[in-house]
Amino acid sequence: MLSQGPVPLIFEMGAPGRRAFSLPGGDVPEAVLPAGLRRETPPRLPEVSEGELVRHFTTLSNLNFGVDTGFYPLGSCTMKYNPKVFEVVARLPGLSGLHPYLPEELAQGALRIIHELERYLAEIAGLARVTMQPAAGAHGELVGVLLIRAYHESRGNPRQKILIPDSAHGTNPATAAMAGYEVVTLPSDARGGIDVGALEKAMDDTVAGLMLTNPNTLGLFDENIDVITGLVHGKGGLLYYDGANANAVMGYSRPGDMGFDVVHFNLHKTFATPHGGGGPGAGPVAVTAELAPYLPVPLVDFDGESYRLNYDLPRSIGRVRSFYGNFGVLVKAYAYIRSMGAAGLKQAAGDAVLNANYVMRHLQEYFDLPFDRACKHEFVLSGKRQKEKNGVRTLDMAKRLMDYGFHPPTVYFPLIVEEAMMIEPTETESKETLDRFIGACAAVANEARDEPEKVHGAPHTTPFGRMDETRAARQPDLRWR
Amino acid sequence: MYPENLRYTGEHEWIRVEGGSGVVGITHFAQDALGDVVYVELPETGRVVKAGEAFGAVESVKSVSDLYSPVGGTVTGVNAELAGRPELVNQDPYGEGWMIVIELADPGEADGLLSARAYQELLKEG
Amino acid sequence: MQYIPNTEADRQKMLADIGAASVEDLFADIPAFLRLTRELDLPPALSEMELVGHMTALAQAPPTCFLGGGCYDHFIPAVVDALVSRSEFYTAYTPYQPEISQGTLTAIYEFQTMIAELTGLDAANASMYDGASALAEAAVMAVRKTGRTRVAVAESVHPEYRRVLATYLAPRRVELVQLPYEGGITAAAAVDGTAAVLVQQPNFFGCLEDVGQLAGLARAAGALFIVSCDPVSLAVLKPPGAYGADIACGEGQSLGLPMSFGGPGLGFLAVRESLVRHLPGRMAGATVDNRGRRAFVLTMQAREQHIRREKAGSNICSNHALCALAATVHLSALGPAGLARVASLCAAKAAYASAAVNGVPGFRAAFAAPFFKEFVVKSDYPWEKVRCGLSRHNLAAGPELSRFYPELAGHFLVAVTEKRTRAEIDRLKTALREVASC
Repeated sequence: MLSQGPVPLIFEMGAPGRRAFSLPGGDVPEAVLPAGLRRETPPRLPEVSEGELVRHFTTLSNLNFGVDTGFYPLGSCTMKYNPKVFEVVARLPGLSGLHPYLPEELAQGALRIIHELERYLAEIAGLARVTMQPAAGAHGELVGVLLIRAYHESRGNPRQKILIPDSAHGTNPATAAMAGYEVVTLPSDARGGIDVGALEKAMDDTVAGLMLTNPNTLGLFDENIDVITGLVHGKGGLLYYDGANANAVMGYSRPGDMGFDVVHFNLHKTFATPHGGGGPGAGPVAVTAELAPYLPVPLVDFDGESYRLNYDLPRSIGRVRSFYGNFGVLVKAYAYIRSMGAAGLKQAAGDAVLNANYVMRHLQEYFDLPFDRACKHEFVLSGKRQKEKNGVRTLDMAKRLMDYGFHPPTVYFPLIVEEAMMIEPTETESKETLDRFIGACAAVANEARDEPEKVHGAPHTTPFGRMDETRAARQPDLRWR
Repeated sequence: MYPENLRYTGEHEWIRVEGGSGVVGITHFAQDALGDVVYVELPETGRVVKAGEAFGAVESVKSVSDLYSPVGGTVTGVNAELAGRPELVNQDPYGEGWMIVIELADPGEADGLLSARAYQELLKEG
Repeated sequence: MQYIPNTEADRQKMLADIGAASVEDLFADIPAFLRLTRELDLPPALSEMELVGHMTALAQAPPTCFLGGGCYDHFIPAVVDALVSRSEFYTAYTPYQPEISQGTLTAIYEFQTMIAELTGLDAANASMYDGASALAEAAVMAVRKTGRTRVAVAESVHPEYRRVLATYLAPRRVELVQLPYEGGITAAAAVDGTAAVLVQQPNFFGCLEDVGQLAGLARAAGALFIVSCDPVSLAVLKPPGAYGADIACGEGQSLGLPMSFGGPGLGFLAVRESLVRHLPGRMAGATVDNRGRRAFVLTMQAREQHIRREKAGSNICSNHALCALAATVHLSALGPAGLARVASLCAAKAAYASAAVNGVPGFRAAFAAPFFKEFVVKSDYPWEKVRCGLSRHNLAAGPELSRFYPELAGHFLVAVTEKRTRAEIDRLKTALREVASC
């Protein structure tokens, strides 16, 4: 049952002296830490019983909406179902209990998982080698652009600019800046792809590379991809593939074959590992043989007998985190690929694309569809009509969808579409669910026309109503006191 | 909406020149476009800025805009009140919502900026 | 395939509905020569039963763990996994829709509070990827805040963290100055003109730094003082905020997360009030909803990449929310008394282990400085021999240090958590004795 009263914080519960732990007595003498370094007052942590603790977090969990709760068509996030068996195998004590500095012979299974996952991802990308180190997509982007930088530096000049389409995720420009590059934004053309003329003009020998998501954030495959890669390579630049949308093409087309030099995958999108409420994910980066010498250390090599950590990469960009990556996440992605097999992965992409086109064709009657062509795994609608005619904004309609039991789509992204709604159904939803969602969207569009007030005030049936975000940002209250 | 005694920039800042100094803020149009201002990032006094150079940024909940100096000079004052009450930018953009005082390097520079009328023409053109 | 609901009949209905002949048709925009004409070269699909069998075969029961170096074998109460396994938490995305994400948002706010409490600082963010990237982001903050282009880092900071730091700072053309150690702790050195002084407490060798003195050096140089710390130790050791740290960060794996071969862990990052607007990453803040109830939202988002794009301080987009949730549950379960008890047990057992090892011929504690839960052993024997000797008793210690510090050949770390029993420590001693006698 959902609480309708105030939800207390864990700090507001319990009583001094109450506890939810039991620890053994000491079997060795107590040690004395130096007086000058000792803490004087204990940290104010909760003091609750285990039962109170469990109720509190169970209450909180009931206030959340996950993929297991309902349909989550959040564009660009690939909220596919997270199979339960992967949670079980990742928790096997012989995997989750391994220390990263174990002698290699005592961690052969773990090293094999990393090595084989590398081979699988290299095959899916159509590239040579893969680092598992990045903890997230953005982290993978950083590695990728640093690899591009290292490649150019080895040729005597890191170059100054990275080209990024105006439809890109915000992480792309932020990453390029973090890697020391100036960002040049490329406009999109009328079909939603890169404006090739603008690319031709921008591309010269000061440009280190182009970062591209393909299909892009409009859910559209760039039909000029071979022209684009030709233009960039022609001036000595490299091509970075943001794999956020890889779920649309796996098994159908490979970034390496398209001409990309660097690819990051989001294992938490394409390979079914859970998003965890915002992480942990994993962002492995695949590269051409030419870029492999610059990969972060270590890589996992196999000599035909045993697996070992290879730190011997003198031209490596270094490290972006400790140890070998989010191994627990890698295990789940590995298990996913082993469960699906080649045909299963291709089927997943095919059904993701079919489901998206199905929903798109049904919703274009109710909303503006700025790019009317077959989409890939997601598509972008515009709420312009509702805004202009009914004074109802996309945000309102998104909130109203919650009342129908659905998670809203991604809104106001990509930035190039006014009042954007980005919908990604994924392959793990049934036709019945899609039909119900289409029905709910149609109902909301009708309400926007006939009863705009109902939509303005939404959501009405969720445990909480709309938030005063201005207050939160003006007077930041970031901790309980 | 757009006082006659101010000068304006195409980036939606205003300046009110008093002697050798100018008070700078953002226009009614800018505050309205931003929505609820939640934070104003201002420079430290003593900073030397060029005309057109970013001297700070203004944030709303879901956006951020750079603030560009209308003129060149030295920042001699900042509106400390905005740290606790950023809403002043929305409520009183030409008064209590002012941002910085600049000692003008070239006292005549502000004359080259837009008049209230010219600025409004610019807004109409969109 | 049990995860894909579409049947062939569903597909045909949907295709007919949208006027497409086949699924392949929907891929017509991919130029034919870029389409894969063969199946991906991957192993055949496994059933769930086969998968469990395969993964179980890959799993390898680990030895008794005396390994340290930034990842530790602490006990995790059952309640932690029970709660983080609730799929309303783990199958949710980032809480961008606060009306239906109060579970995650409230937990983040509680996490931020706990980190601020532990570190003695004013505010913390919703978490980073790991301790190493948290330290690197802290250094980047200092560079942006001060406008200086040198950063001083103690050599006693985890070598992998320093490598990450170098990777993050190189494109900014920031010079990294290494501060040498003496007797296991950082020696006083000139840090003039640096944006920040970075130390670790307890440091990579397990030793306790003279953080008060180092804070003074940083302050005198006008540099920010950044401390990477072990959160378990903060139950008993002075919090960074109390000795002048401007930023505290570290690895939170010790707070209820399995070692998992090094990840996922949890980076935490806490700052003084004056630096809050410079924090990278997500933050949850309190507000009210339109029904007047206290609630939480992601706030101050205009700092972040999705709004500020190339002008953002960092490209970080996600956090390790589920790991932060685990830490929040773990800290709630332990409370102040439990965490202090864990810390005291670690310190006591480490002290006992150090004394035990010191009594074995050819092995001695390398440094005299006080330590918390791990310490460096100097051995007269080749590492291979020591490692094999430990393996024979189903024990592992380390890492061996010459891989990071060439001058420390024959040295290795021994970490002792509350999980290690006196009997296990005695077995470690026995194993080392055997190494010494054969």
